[in-house]
Amino acid sequence: MAYDKFNILTSTAVPLPLENVDTDQIIPARFLKATERKGFGDNLFRDWRYNNDDSPKESFVLNNPIYSGKILVGGKNFGSGSSREHAAWAVYDYGFRCVVSSFFADIFRNNCLNVGVLPVQVSTEFSEQLFNAIYDDPNTEIEVNLPNQTITIVSTGAQESFEINSYKKENMLNGFDDIDYLQNIKGEIESFANGLLL
Amino acid sequence: MNKTLFDKVWDSHVVKKIEGGPDVFFIDRHFIHEVTSPVAFLGLKTRGLKVLYPERTFATADHNTPTINQHLPVQDPLSANQLKALEDNSKEYGISHWGLGDKKNGIVHVVGPENGITFPGATIVCGDSHTSTHGAFGAIAFGIGTSEVEMVLSTQCIMQPKPKKMRINVNGQLGKGVTPKDVALYIISQLTTSGATGYFVEYAGDVFESMTMEGRMTVCNLSIEMGARGGMIAPDETTFAYLKGKPLSLKGEEWNKAVAHWKTLKTDANATFDKELTFLASDIEPMITYGTNPGMGMGISKNIPDADKVEGGVATYKKSLEYMGYHENDSMIGKKIDYVFLGSCTNGRIEDFRAFASIVKGKKKADHVTAWLVPGSHEVEALIKEEGILDIITEAGFVLRQPGCSACLAMNDDKVPAGKYAVSTSNRNFEGRQGPGSRTLLASPLVAAAAAITGVVTDPRDLL
Repeated sequence: MAYDKFNILTSTAVPLPLENVDTDQIIPARFLKATERKGFGDNLFRDWRYNNDDSPKESFVLNNPIYSGKILVGGKNFGSGSSREHAAWAVYDYGFRCVVSSFFADIFRNNCLNVGVLPVQVSTEFSEQLFNAIYDDPNTEIEVNLPNQTITIVSTGAQESFEINSYKKENMLNGFDDIDYLQNIKGEIESFANGLLL
Repeated sequence: MNKTLFDKVWDSHVVKKIEGGPDVFFIDRHFIHEVTSPVAFLGLKTRGLKVLYPERTFATADHNTPTINQHLPVQDPLSANQLKALEDNSKEYGISHWGLGDKKNGIVHVVGPENGITFPGATIVCGDSHTSTHGAFGAIAFGIGTSEVEMVLSTQCIMQPKPKKMRINVNGQLGKGVTPKDVALYIISQLTTSGATGYFVEYAGDVFESMTMEGRMTVCNLSIEMGARGGMIAPDETTFAYLKGKPLSLKGEEWNKAVAHWKTLKTDANATFDKELTFLASDIEPMITYGTNPGMGMGISKNIPDADKVEGGVATYKKSLEYMGYHENDSMIGKKIDYVFLGSCTNGRIEDFRAFASIVKGKKKADHVTAWLVPGSHEVEALIKEEGILDIITEAGFVLRQPGCSACLAMNDDKVPAGKYAVSTSNRNFEGRQGPGSRTLLASPLVAAAAAITGVVTDPRDLL
């Protein structure tokens, strides 16, 4: 599906400094039973966010009213494990448009790019600066500038550039997805397939 | 020539290169299941697209199917709805579908190879990260998201940047009681769960050369657990012997021609890798995990490492041990077990049941242990009966269930209760993976069998 265009996002951020946050934590398997892409945000981080009786766990960051925003700042190796795109849907559906980490798992990163969530990989040092800035002032704003490929802590001016391949960048800026592209080269795909043995 | 096995298969499937972007990558075989495909079909409908090559896609129901009373209607309405969607979508688009009750039904990564759908040099994807299993045949196989499932259905291609290349060599001979699962858990414990992120792995060396196809599948299956997109092993006589005569394998002259080509699928002597690691078989003992990711594993005779001796954050490590109810420097031997799970796309094949039976034969299941023995497919189930394994496990107090993913991800009713400990032959020990609050110890079928008999974590070498 085509998704919202992404250009410059300036927002407060939610800190989640744990490492190896796997997709089973982002969305547990028992919430994967839908046949439509709806309502996954309610179950984002379900078992960290809610007690068994569905009451919110106060200690979890999403239940702490002082932190909010469209940017989620995670620890190293974010999104490891299962290929479930539901994890990226849950992140999007909850309202995040950007996830920042010092290291992403491959499939999660791809899935994010395919649903309109921008994965921004930063250095370990910059990741620490981000966490410190957010903890010092939960209202601190972060600017994610896709055209310039930079992420900036607005209050301090601390900035780092991030990588994204030019094809994906163009897609995100315009809200295009891969199927739009692939449909346009179907002829080339069919002639390639005709040359295959199996 | 200076190409790796991976280069040869990858390069021959690139339809088009995009400057500064990914490759348009052609997919030979596509597996779908009930959980990650419905939204992809919905996408096709919304856009008014067709399935370009329905004969290249295969559907099987496995993730949330019950493992008892499969002849009865599925009780959970949401699961039933997904199963129905898979059946209806397959029918509408002309895709072959092995649903519940079909004798070919089973876990997607078990039935694919079993039926000869998987073949050397193929590119294979599925909306499931353990698609890496099929790399055992010298295929490039990896998991994809649902948007990509929609791409493959509609265009048989996905957009992928070519990963970097890593070779992992394990040389020497494995000791008594050391299985392919232990080799994989050992490698992951050395690399951590992100050590191979960005890479595609080739496994090489004596240990893999002498492994059966079942063992190679277990190893390649777990590639994703160190972050690799996939892992592969060069096809050889063992591969060809496994595939020959399978229902969908090529036959006659076509088979001979294919084998001649498959024999060329190996890494050239002067090809280079971005990273190369070598381990010794003699350093590997039966493994067990003690934490909440597959990298937190160790030899079963060792003690849980101190936080300051492990890579990564101390806070994350301590949170993990706290969840498990374990402490630094604890020995795992003797820890009480409540559940044992034998099955999954990692260890749900006939060889795994043979291994389990070799330990439990003539003994009795510990009274307090609940054991779920779940074959990966009906074909595995049939072999269990044919080889007399069913008699051995029944005699020892175990019950054989029906095929499916089961307690590996606990989408069906096979859930480990909160706080309980399960020795599982599956692939992930994440928090709550086997049910909210469940605690998972990943291990081989031998370690699982030993725990099922004694009721505590036990070195299987003591029972062999």
